[in-house]
Amino acid sequence: MEHTELLTDWSRAQFALTALYHWLFVPLTLGLTFIVAIMETIYVKTGDTKWKETTKFWMGLLAINFAIGLATGIIMEFEFGTNWSNYSWIVGDIFGAPLAIEGLMAFFLESTFFAVMFFGWNKVSKKTHLVSTWLVAVGSNLSALWILIANGWMQNPVGMKFNPDTARHEMVDFWALVFNPNAVSKFLHTISSGYVLASLFVIGISAWYLIKKRDTQFARRSIIVASSFGLITSLFLLTTGDESAHQVALNQPMKLAAMEGLYDGEERAGIVAFGLLDQTKEIGDEKDPFHFSFEIPGALSFLGYHDLNAFVPGIDNLIEGSEKYGLISVKEKMKRGKIAVASLAAYKRYKKQNNMPEAQKALKAFEANQKYMGYGYLKKPEDAVPNVALSFYSFHIMVGLGTWFLVLFAMSLYLSMINEMHKKKWFLYLALLTMPLAWVAQEAGWIVAEAGRQPWAIQDLLPVGMASSNISTTSVMITFWLFAVLFTALLIAEVKIMLKQIKIGPEGH
Amino acid sequence: MKNRIVNFFKWIYFLYYDGFTSMKVGKTLWLLIVIKLFVMFVIVKWLFFPDVLKENFHSDEERSAYILDTLTKER
Repeated sequence: MEHTELLTDWSRAQFALTALYHWLFVPLTLGLTFIVAIMETIYVKTGDTKWKETTKFWMGLLAINFAIGLATGIIMEFEFGTNWSNYSWIVGDIFGAPLAIEGLMAFFLESTFFAVMFFGWNKVSKKTHLVSTWLVAVGSNLSALWILIANGWMQNPVGMKFNPDTARHEMVDFWALVFNPNAVSKFLHTISSGYVLASLFVIGISAWYLIKKRDTQFARRSIIVASSFGLITSLFLLTTGDESAHQVALNQPMKLAAMEGLYDGEERAGIVAFGLLDQTKEIGDEKDPFHFSFEIPGALSFLGYHDLNAFVPGIDNLIEGSEKYGLISVKEKMKRGKIAVASLAAYKRYKKQNNMPEAQKALKAFEANQKYMGYGYLKKPEDAVPNVALSFYSFHIMVGLGTWFLVLFAMSLYLSMINEMHKKKWFLYLALLTMPLAWVAQEAGWIVAEAGRQPWAIQDLLPVGMASSNISTTSVMITFWLFAVLFTALLIAEVKIMLKQIKIGPEGH
Repeated sequence: MKNRIVNFFKWIYFLYYDGFTSMKVGKTLWLLIVIKLFVMFVIVKWLFFPDVLKENFHSDEERSAYILDTLTKER
């Protein structure tokens, strides 16, 4: 069977499809658990049964989302074993520990306290029920921690050592893995984006009740909680986004350059607030990358390096290298990567011949160049550049929408506080129409994170072409469409069941 | 002590039993979960997603050797 680029592309497309569908369900669970916990806390504090009714309604929608989304992530585990078996073997130890912890934690925390949360209203005391609801919220969010630690490691591999005898990365520092700055910022940014999405979900549905002039008190109560939670978490999202961008600048400068369509690096680099990329622009030519753009001067330098005057390398600088800014060219990295690959081959050969002195020499040469090993598999320097248009537009859609959400939360909270929201039909429609955009922003965020780090499965160490298995392309194509149908059916089921429950309203719960 | 343990398990049993029997939407959701898990684990996993390295090699040594070969093959 020939291991082709087509096979890798289909394996990537399949993984992207399953991850993107999985991510339609997860952030709502992450955020709604906290909103429900806050509502129940108000009920326990005030004793007002209207808050209990409110809590139970949103808890019902949480249950629907949780049930439909449950186990959609398992498909990715299947894909690791089949489509990405090389990768799974190579990273085995790094992925194994966090995922095992996640499995145990999610199973015990969620299965125990979910049952109390849903079935225990009349079986346990108010306070025990409340504690269970909070533990579900914390547990759900903690289970996201471990998978994001694993993902953070792929973007910034720390705390590990490659074993040339087993061809596996082995963990040498668990805490370096857990406190990997990339993983920490990714975790905080991801969960806070889930809080924002859930807040928009609650506001959007509540706005619909206000438009329909039904269950208005329930809707207003829900909006106050969601607006406050959304505003606070949006501000937090902004700061975690800033830290994420800083980490990208430090560890994945090519990704940052692609996200901004920056070819020719500069000091005091600006952020493109909006712009239209020129698709005919090629690496190294003199063309302007944009048909038009509006920049905020110095903002990219500040975002990336927390210094308004910092130099931000562009795609051309990273490809060609720069002595002035201490950048090694991709050509040089490819040379060192090839030495690493050849040294690993020599180590293996000498070891087989039992020629230990030569094997040790080869191992030293491997270790000296291992940092660039992945570059040894690239065919040309341009292969180190991700899809610029995809990274640029996804990033700008995410940031643009995130900014709009912040404004919407502030307006929604203000209008709620002055008791005017139900009178502003234009705003209610705006809130309702914004709700689906929360998912657009979520998916755009994942596209930036994953498409932006291409060609790497593990940053600088393993390109996706080397990570994928040598299996039949046709089988990957078949399962791609199978999943597309399966997940679409699940999504339709979720939307239909949710719409039915929303139409029934809080009194039906 | 023994009684307390028995009562605790009885309590858990009735928590789930009463919860499941009084469900409304929950029944549809459970049906969906069962169908989904059947499709995923029985059809999808069994037919289309073998663990490639587990199936093709007998030991970790063989798997390591295969991956090392793949990583160091001349291109």
